[in-house]
Amino acid sequence: MPNTTFIILILLLPLVSFVLLGLFGRKYIKAGSGIIATILLLATFLVSIYTACHYFFEYGKINGVYEKLVPVKYTWLAFSNGLAIDMGVLLDPISSMMLVVVSLVSLMVHIYSLVYMKGEERFSTYYAFLGLFTFSMLGLVVSVNIFQIYFFWELVGVSSFLLIGYYYDRPSAVAACKKAFIVTRFADAGFLIGILILSYYSGTLDFAALIEKLTAPGSTELGNALSASFLGLSALTWGMLLVFMGAAGKSAMFPLHIWLPDAMEGPTPVSALIHAATMVVAGVFLVARLFPVFALSAPEVLNVVAYIGAFSALFAAIIACAQTDIKRVLAYSTMSQIGYMMFALGVSKYGGEGGLGYTASMFHLFTHAMFKALLFLCAGAIIHFVHSNEMKDMGGLRKFLPVTHFTFLIACLAISGVPFFSGFFSKEEILTAALNHNIAIYWAGLATAGLTSFYMFRLYFNIFWGKEFRQHGETRREGGFAMKAPMILLAIGAALAGYIPFGKFISSDGKALAIPFELKHAIAPVALSFVGALIAAWLYLRQNNKPQKIAASLSALHQSAYRKFYIDEGYLFITQKIIFNIVGKTADWFDKNMVNGLVNLTASSTQAFSFATKKMQSGKVQQYAIYFLGGAILLAVLFVYVWK
Amino acid sequence: MTEPGLYHLLFISGALFFAGIYGFFTRRNLVTMLMSVELILNSVNLNFIAFNKYLWPGKMEGLFFTLFIIAIAAAEAAVAIAIIINVYRTHQSIDVEKAEEMKY
Repeated sequence: MPNTTFIILILLLPLVSFVLLGLFGRKYIKAGSGIIATILLLATFLVSIYTACHYFFEYGKINGVYEKLVPVKYTWLAFSNGLAIDMGVLLDPISSMMLVVVSLVSLMVHIYSLVYMKGEERFSTYYAFLGLFTFSMLGLVVSVNIFQIYFFWELVGVSSFLLIGYYYDRPSAVAACKKAFIVTRFADAGFLIGILILSYYSGTLDFAALIEKLTAPGSTELGNALSASFLGLSALTWGMLLVFMGAAGKSAMFPLHIWLPDAMEGPTPVSALIHAATMVVAGVFLVARLFPVFALSAPEVLNVVAYIGAFSALFAAIIACAQTDIKRVLAYSTMSQIGYMMFALGVSKYGGEGGLGYTASMFHLFTHAMFKALLFLCAGAIIHFVHSNEMKDMGGLRKFLPVTHFTFLIACLAISGVPFFSGFFSKEEILTAALNHNIAIYWAGLATAGLTSFYMFRLYFNIFWGKEFRQHGETRREGGFAMKAPMILLAIGAALAGYIPFGKFISSDGKALAIPFELKHAIAPVALSFVGALIAAWLYLRQNNKPQKIAASLSALHQSAYRKFYIDEGYLFITQKIIFNIVGKTADWFDKNMVNGLVNLTASSTQAFSFATKKMQSGKVQQYAIYFLGGAILLAVLFVYVWK
Repeated sequence: MTEPGLYHLLFISGALFFAGIYGFFTRRNLVTMLMSVELILNSVNLNFIAFNKYLWPGKMEGLFFTLFIIAIAAAEAAVAIAIIINVYRTHQSIDVEKAEEMKY
């Protein structure tokens, strides 16, 4: 392996951007902040591409297997022999791919925001936060150590919090960022406990050593972790379940998904970067990173991953059909697609043909990053034009936003799995993997595919067709070149990313995997996609009252889907009625009466004592002299008669 | 008539001491109290001299200590009188009962 220390630049450049703009942006750099951040990000992107290309085509493959390489490693905090927190860079197929995805989408968002966020009061702060996010996300994907990933995991959480709450003068944005932070933080508590369990049993925090120790059959660590049991589950199962809880929180899996739709309060490019393409797939990435442990030692947890993923995919797709805010539709769509990735991992096996799901999941992650980022950037352009998020304010925009219309259509085709677009290939692989493993999950995936196509085309027709759009007052124009260029580039990616032979690069065991393409498996999902799209066209192409009629005839279902199946209300009931009333009030009583009582008792007894004794300080000199004499006599008596 | 022994001197010294204590506790006049303190000091001086003479006749430490105490008593008297004058200036009196503001 050649000298590759320069890889550290990938992390340092966005950090420089953050520090520079964070410290000097608002006062000295101002409008130039965007350009500076974009140039730094461009450099990051080029280094990432260079690194990934070199990894995949030159030194990554050793004897036909992609190895895990660690070009940079620094022991940051050593607890004992083997147990240390290291900071470093780990190159393997998935981290190299993620480097490209993260830096590409981040670069696109940087360029796009040059126009979209122009004239904002906190323009440079915005770019500083983007830099912080990019730094933490890149640090997350190249982590060598499970604690390193945890640090960067929290850092992306913080930057997500900061960016959701960017418009901090809106109460809804403040509530949303708080909600996102609390929900993911709650999940991360599970993640931390999971890390502690795993590291306790394996005696290491290093990914490579951890995976090796917990997967080698007959190793003492694995034996201990499997034999220790708590509430009927082994310690390893608990550890992996808790790690998956952290992953589910970040990736908005049911039932920890409630923060993602609200996170759409942030600026739209941020939604594209954080809540569609990169941060929310961190959970998928984490499961993929620990995949050998899941697949070889804890298959029951992998089943949980599969069922939760499949349920989330279907559940979110149903909700997405009833939402009217375009960003919320996209948010639920994101959740649904991440569910796809999760269950693809869940149905996968380790190594060989059975590892198809793993490759498919990473493939879908890659294509999804392209088309979902594109969808959000398009949504940004539309909102920029209409000044509203609501579908009812749109319609007939195809004449006003030709570029947006075209790119949005490509993204729609890609996400719906229309043949020859990228989503088709990745979705196909996922469904094939599911069919080989678990028929129930396959049906859920198939239904989701149909629903996906329906709600995406519902969105498409509602925005670009339907009723005619009337310009109010001033004539508005489509955003400038800096907004169109990223959309066009991502549209090319969304259209063509499917032709990358992913199996050659990414597989569960590092060996090249030939992906079988079977036409008979492709028929059902493609047919369902077309049906979904046609129904959407029938309902929404021309303005009519059919949608209202259908909504009225299915009013119970429609209403509950519109209200997101009352999950938020359920959480509020549990937290406010049950936890606050029962636990909170008891704690309050205990605090007021027991804790405060103890403190007050101390205070009042001290006071009583001091009132009783303060008369001694009378101000009369002779009285003091008597006390002194008394003390002296007492001492004399003691010395003479007692302590002889 | 025999020479006065150690016990005679200790008796005088004890009498002086308790006279001083009594005066210090009962007199309200600061100057009188200062004089009582001098009595106590002198009783101590007498003790030193007596013990020196009767127990370690060849040595001089007791005598020197007495000289020190006399010197310090002179300094102490100077300080005490300065305090008394200040008390007089602020209270127009040197009655110790009048100067008792420094209390709880």
